[in-house]
Amino acid sequence: MIRKYRSSPPDRLSPPRWADQLLEWFVAPHLLEYLQGDLHETFQKRVRQVSLIRARQEYVWAVLHCLTPFFANQQTIGPRKAGPRKADSLVPANNPYPNPALTDMIGNYFKIAWRNLWKNKGYSSITILGLAAGMAVAMLIGLWIWDELTYDHSHKNHNRLAQVMTTLVRNGSELTTNRFVASPLGNELRANYGSDFENVSMASVNQSRELAAGEKKITAKGMWVEANFPSMLTLKMLQGNINGLQDPSSILLSASVAKSLFGDADPINKVLRIDNQASYKVAGVYEDLPHNTTLNEAKLFLSWDKYVKMVGWVNESMKHWDNKSFQCYVQLNDHIDITKETAKIRLASMAHLNAASDGQEELVLQPMNNWRLYGEFKNGKVVGGRIQFVNLFAIIGIFVLLLACINFMNLSTARSEKRSKEVGIRKAVGSVRSQLISQFLSEALLIAGIAFLFSLLFAQLFLPLFNTLSDKQMTLPFSHVFFWIVCIGFTILTGLLAGSYPAFYLSHFDPLKVLKGTYRVGRFASLPRKVLVVVQFSVSITLVIGTIIVYKQIQFAKNRPVGYNRESLLAVYMTTPDLFGHYDAMRSDLLATHVVENMAESSSPVTSVWSNQIGYSWEGKDPATQPSFGTIGVTKDYGKTINWQLKEGRDFSKDFSDSNSIILNEAAVKLTGMKNIVGKIIRKDEKNLIVVGVIKDMVMESPYAPVTPTIFLVNPGWVNVIYVGMKAGIPLQDALAKLAKVFEKYNPAAPFDYTFIDEEYAQKFSDEQRIGNLAAFFAALAVFIACLGLFGLASFVAEQRKKEIGLRKVLGASIFNVWNLLSKEFMLLVVFSFLVSVPLSYYFMHNWLQNYEYRTTLSWWVFAAAGMGALMITLATVSFQSIKAAIANPVKSLRTE
Amino acid sequence: MKKTVLGELEELVLLVVAASTEDVYGVPVLEELQWQTGRNFTISAVHTTLYRLEEKGFLVSSVGGATAERGGRSKRLFALTAEGGRVLRDIQQMRTRLWEAIPEGKFQLLGL
Repeated sequence: MIRKYRSSPPDRLSPPRWADQLLEWFVAPHLLEYLQGDLHETFQKRVRQVSLIRARQEYVWAVLHCLTPFFANQQTIGPRKAGPRKADSLVPANNPYPNPALTDMIGNYFKIAWRNLWKNKGYSSITILGLAAGMAVAMLIGLWIWDELTYDHSHKNHNRLAQVMTTLVRNGSELTTNRFVASPLGNELRANYGSDFENVSMASVNQSRELAAGEKKITAKGMWVEANFPSMLTLKMLQGNINGLQDPSSILLSASVAKSLFGDADPINKVLRIDNQASYKVAGVYEDLPHNTTLNEAKLFLSWDKYVKMVGWVNESMKHWDNKSFQCYVQLNDHIDITKETAKIRLASMAHLNAASDGQEELVLQPMNNWRLYGEFKNGKVVGGRIQFVNLFAIIGIFVLLLACINFMNLSTARSEKRSKEVGIRKAVGSVRSQLISQFLSEALLIAGIAFLFSLLFAQLFLPLFNTLSDKQMTLPFSHVFFWIVCIGFTILTGLLAGSYPAFYLSHFDPLKVLKGTYRVGRFASLPRKVLVVVQFSVSITLVIGTIIVYKQIQFAKNRPVGYNRESLLAVYMTTPDLFGHYDAMRSDLLATHVVENMAESSSPVTSVWSNQIGYSWEGKDPATQPSFGTIGVTKDYGKTINWQLKEGRDFSKDFSDSNSIILNEAAVKLTGMKNIVGKIIRKDEKNLIVVGVIKDMVMESPYAPVTPTIFLVNPGWVNVIYVGMKAGIPLQDALAKLAKVFEKYNPAAPFDYTFIDEEYAQKFSDEQRIGNLAAFFAALAVFIACLGLFGLASFVAEQRKKEIGLRKVLGASIFNVWNLLSKEFMLLVVFSFLVSVPLSYYFMHNWLQNYEYRTTLSWWVFAAAGMGALMITLATVSFQSIKAAIANPVKSLRTE
Repeated sequence: MKKTVLGELEELVLLVVAASTEDVYGVPVLEELQWQTGRNFTISAVHTTLYRLEEKGFLVSSVGGATAERGGRSKRLFALTAEGGRVLRDIQQMRTRLWEAIPEGKFQLLGL
């Protein structure tokens, strides 16, 4: 048989370059040539025998086998006995000493380093603890960032999934983007763009549902989705079929819900009732979605087809393009580019809309990878979102680590004078500078290594607290190789970074001067140390100022007048049909409990506006614009229940019919541009609406954003939420029990599920609050680390000037004199840092605040407080050491000489 | 026998070198070894052993020709020394003595 040789050029058939380099770096030079030659020869043969990939794998494997001390160290190969040596003997002719970095010297360095550490326990522990704290913080932040960056990545198709968003022109020119689309969109995308999408699924909003199985009743969030949706998300099925929703009367449950409904019994084919409306058969149970996914709250999936058939208004909406109350998820085909596809479907819905009456809208594909981090739109373009927090934390993490490294550098250089003799002797005995550098670097690496172990411990200890602060469920991924690679790489880097300055600084001492005793640290020797302290404190003070301002902003938004009374106000969402249609009876029953002040119903909760409508017109309106108004249907008692503040006109009242009456908020009045609006007419859908009152603006949506112009109208048929205003001063427990009884009477199938409005309102701050708490946590640590360094430096200075202090005391200096002497320098440094940090933090925080429509001011007292705080802490830190030095008995320090 | 002890791999490698008609280097030794034993060896093991045998004085080495296949790198060729031959012969004699010491019929009893 004739063997065929591959004709590819030889360079394409070469072994992996990195493996070769590793070999070249590691193997002693006089052995390298033959070893590498043999390896290459084998490789070339294997390429012909097996495949290139296989041969490369084998090559790497063989190289790894070569990385033994034998090949690294072998220096004395050759006939051991005397005799004529050949010229090409394996013993190198002119390099009798191997590279010390690769030989036993390295063990020696660590030994010396260990002894040094042990000898100076105080300094060592400050250095190690400081570095460990910094590393632990960096580790936790890294974990947090990783968690954020991999959000939603547990879905196998996350690179190809997207949600269709709608960008609308609002108020004439401003573009707003939201996730709501019209229900025919799914079919439209399938019909006209089907070749680009592997899957398209319409879905309802993820809302709370009442679940009942036998006697068990629970509430869980769920979505109505098309049958392909679970497999788009790649749900992990524990039981049953992922395509189970093809049968419209089926339901997919998450494991946690199945467990709480059915306990340990087999849930498959069990029947349960949703919202006391319809019964479903369990077709499958999936593993709860991981914590770091956007849809993790969806605990059940129901069939979209059933939804359309069962719910009247949804069925109606299938024919109309103007009701945007649904969501649409798509999975693109493999080769489709999301940006190009966005351009393609941009106007898909406009074909069915009338631009003049319905306004302009564009569709945007929001890739799943961006859901979490790039969720903010401005004028139809992504402007960021949580990614800003990720960047912010990355910066904080780097700075905290930097502070820890600076501590290390400062303390080691401070001790340099003590070690100068050691360096001198080493040099005199014959060490070359590179050996000293290696020694100091290995010392730094040893410290970093120990600090790393401590930091693992700290991180593990603080993880529960950190998880609570950040509302996450993270664990240290000990079993991940990647984690260890990053950690070890990071430790080595930290060690090298922290050790670089002392290594190069200490090794340059002139041995002659040091040993003769004429060596003196020059006037400017401590200058770099001072600069580093200033850097440290500038960073710390900036972080503190930033944190205070973040807090101030949160408080500012929290204390913004909301325009209604959110204390002792309860909301019950009407999810089951049983609650509808008993308004008057229920109201009188509730009032009869004597714990309820008032009760009302409305179409949107008071903490958000669910419906924005266009098509209003009035006298003097610019016909070219089509502004949208938040529109809320209410019952007549709404205003009194939530205690809104009437500015003009009257409230809705039983004394009037009010079927065509509307009440506007100030923002809406401003938008119409009308003066003396009470009594004027606003037209909508051929209907004349009379303005009977104007209320003060209420904060119904984001407390950071301007108030939505809103129109309230009396429409008892269009309600979703029941409000119960409780009487003041009544024990909550009893009151709730009484309410529960009334609700059970009308809605026996569902549990009494209520929310407090003030809690719901506080929810709006949870993200900012969390970030604020985390930032405060890190800022406090940064200050702590900086102070730790200062503490070490102060004790060093006190130690260094021990004799001087002794003499001064003998000659009559008071404790205050000594304290002043030692503290002044540090205080000056901190004052200087403060001056550096003020413009820096002013610049950053000013920029940050620009993100918010409603923002607090950068008051001078924030800066003053941070500065004073830093000064006080420094004083406390340094005073401890200086007072200790000042009250020490001078006899002790002077006796030795 | 002298105090120098040969390990199993050392012995095998030494035998392979001894069996070849000319000077050999790493790759042929490795291949012959794998062919004869049916086991897998790595090149690093072969090199280590060759060098160790040279150190013990059983082999001598010289630098040989380079080929394109090796990326122009030269070979280290090994040849058996008289010392090496002697040690192999000693081992064989010792083994033979031990073989002869096995009682007659013992293997038959074991069914071999």
